[in-house]
Amino acid sequence: MQKMSWKYYILFTFPTLLAFLIAFLIPFLAGIYLSFTEFTAVTDARWVGLSNYIRAFTEDRFFLNALWFTVRFAVVSVILINVIAFFLAVLLTRNVKGTNLFRTVFFMPNLIGGIILGYIWQLLINGILINFGVDITFDAKYGFWGLVVLMNWQMVGYMMIIYIAGIQSISPELIEAAKIDGANTWQILGNVTIPMVMPAVTICTFLTVANSFKLFDQNLALTAGAPDRASAMLALDIFTTFYGRNGYEGVGQAKAVVFFIIVAVIVLLQLKLTRTREVEN
Amino acid sequence: MKTRRDTADWIIFGGMIILTILFLIPILIVLMNSFKGRFFIADAPFEFPTSATFVGLKNYGSGLEKTGFIPAFGYSLFITVFSVGAIVLFTSMTAWAITRIKSKFSSAVYFLLVFSMIVPFQMVMFTMSKMANMTHLDNPIGIIFIYLGFGAGLSVFVYSGFIKGIPREIEEAALIDGCNPLQTFFLVVFPILKPISITVAILNAMWIWNDYLLPYLVIGSNYKTIPIAVQYLQGGYGSRDMGAMMAMLVLAIIPIVIFYLTLQKYIIKGVVAGAVKG
Repeated sequence: MQKMSWKYYILFTFPTLLAFLIAFLIPFLAGIYLSFTEFTAVTDARWVGLSNYIRAFTEDRFFLNALWFTVRFAVVSVILINVIAFFLAVLLTRNVKGTNLFRTVFFMPNLIGGIILGYIWQLLINGILINFGVDITFDAKYGFWGLVVLMNWQMVGYMMIIYIAGIQSISPELIEAAKIDGANTWQILGNVTIPMVMPAVTICTFLTVANSFKLFDQNLALTAGAPDRASAMLALDIFTTFYGRNGYEGVGQAKAVVFFIIVAVIVLLQLKLTRTREVEN
Repeated sequence: MKTRRDTADWIIFGGMIILTILFLIPILIVLMNSFKGRFFIADAPFEFPTSATFVGLKNYGSGLEKTGFIPAFGYSLFITVFSVGAIVLFTSMTAWAITRIKSKFSSAVYFLLVFSMIVPFQMVMFTMSKMANMTHLDNPIGIIFIYLGFGAGLSVFVYSGFIKGIPREIEEAALIDGCNPLQTFFLVVFPILKPISITVAILNAMWIWNDYLLPYLVIGSNYKTIPIAVQYLQGGYGSRDMGAMMAMLVLAIIPIVIFYLTLQKYIIKGVVAGAVKG
């Protein structure tokens, strides 16, 4: 195979690499550079050192608020989604009739785009809140719980499918052996099923954390940050900083770099955890 | 013992039926409201249409007119189909080349592509949309190229994992028989990749079809895809036409449901495979 000449190697990789360079790599590097400058277009950038980063945390009170909102949202949704999804997966691997239909329905919301999901839930939540004389833009706590409910509706079915795959990969002999040893249903669940699906737990935690942190479309459609950017998560806050008013592009880019570092650290921690666990197995 | 198990199963079955209804109700409520007059929706979304509030297909007419939903559907379909096609073709070629030819360059390419998966879109959104503008990629054909660049990370990663598991002997036999690498790839390797190509296609199709921010920034001022058209209805404060909104939500959901019900087996398999590898 080492015989493949450079001519062919270039032919095989060139289209992808060119697209990658233009769509991702150059914009990424330019983005890091621009976070240290003041600019309105890419061409008029003026070096300002760390001032954008300082402004993002001091002058702009929205960023820390968005960070805190995002962290709280991620913690609450990750726990709720995974507990509910795991619970459903356990129930749906007992050969109850209609299992296929239930799986199909629970997974479906995952295919619907974030913008559409946001407006569906805006209608429902406002329809309930109107009885109390308010709507979702009234207080950030409505936006918060609205997003939690929306995210659960969207992701529970997806995570459930991964947990089902994990549970089904446990060998039946293991469960039989536990039964012969006299374990009851709860003991089997706690001592056999849960330890055996730990890889699935890792994957699902990772996916839900990543999706919660990067959430944008749902946030934009459901509340658009109302009231006064109080329900804006990190991604939406960065978008609003960029395109909301002139003179803040540099601050927006600096916030984006911070956002990138936060996401990267979470991903690396997660990968490290997965690795250690794989060694143990 | 047997009867206790049966009772438990019946309780689970009943609970699941209730949960299934709860999962479907949001969509059914939107469907129901799409037939009500625009001023009877926001205040009472849970009320059935009455002879006073029922407006037939009027919302669908005004929604189609206001959003340009039909061209939006066309753009969404065009961009999704051709981007997915380009991604499957070019990233499988790239993955094969960098997996089979071991070199520092191949490793660097692989590392950079995997790295791009963890970078949030907001990090590059401004510079990328300016870049698309400068290179005249800000149209429905150019955006396919942008999607190839953005989809490359996950797709090359998934393909590489699969290619590592294919024995080299098959490819080497083809090369000895006088095939050049291009023939070897398309006649021998690509057919073997079919199951993983389906996974890559489904993952990318779901992402691109529903993507809002990238097309909004790159082509949004001239061309609307479905999510952009729906968001456009939001309009200024207070001026929103709820009837048109409901009708457009229904029209946006229908293609997804059809796609899902026809390809369900592949979609669920593909999503699980993609999740486990990602």
